[in-house]
Amino acid sequence: MELLEQFARGDAEAFESLFRQFQGEVYGWIVRIVRDPGAAEDLTVETFWRIYRARSRFDPRRGFGPWARRIATNLALDHLSTRRNETSLEDGCPPACLRCSPPDPALAADVRRKVAAAFGRLPVKLRVAATLAMIEETPYGDIADALGISIGTVKSRVFRAVRLLRGDLQRMGVEP
Amino acid sequence: MNPSDERVPDLVKRALGPVADAGLKRDLWPRMRARMDRPAIRLPWWDWVLVAAILLCFILFPAAIPAVLFQF
Repeated sequence: MELLEQFARGDAEAFESLFRQFQGEVYGWIVRIVRDPGAAEDLTVETFWRIYRARSRFDPRRGFGPWARRIATNLALDHLSTRRNETSLEDGCPPACLRCSPPDPALAADVRRKVAAAFGRLPVKLRVAATLAMIEETPYGDIADALGISIGTVKSRVFRAVRLLRGDLQRMGVEP
Repeated sequence: MNPSDERVPDLVKRALGPVADAGLKRDLWPRMRARMDRPAIRLPWWDWVLVAAILLCFILFPAAIPAVLFQF
């Protein structure tokens, strides 16, 4: 608590301590959303830069982690929106340096590619909710907190993502 | 819900897979430090004077606005 108060008062050493304590957590959250380690590092630094600039508005009674996660999520959303046409998911291949759990070998490469392409075409807000809920299996409550929306809205976004994916996959000849 | 909707999340997870290693590989503090030390972009004071003068002209002579916009 004292560290948070020092940070809110503009203490640079307190900020460094918080950075070292939370950089891994923030990076881990961002990389799950953007699925690109290089971009996740850049966005982690940008997240803390915004946190640093907004330190006077930080309320130490509320946790640092949730605040950082909310800012990180907004930045990740902006990143995916601006990079929409370059997103690696759209060609079905995550960046080479991203270590994902291996895809199911029983699933044909063609189906994998089509699923990834359909997933990449989802509207960004739906894609983020679907990535966290369906792929990363993050609890709905955590997703809602990070996105600043209700659990019901998260469920609605995931539901709409599923409907869009099903339609897109069927058009490509993939029957879920 | 359509029965095939229930299979979509499983299909997505099997096709894409969760991020297996979300751990940070290096300390980002040096980059953060460099970001903090980067000087903020500051406009010289005379640029602000120029902007204020232009705005004042627009307020005093609104008919000049279309003529200025025509140049762009």
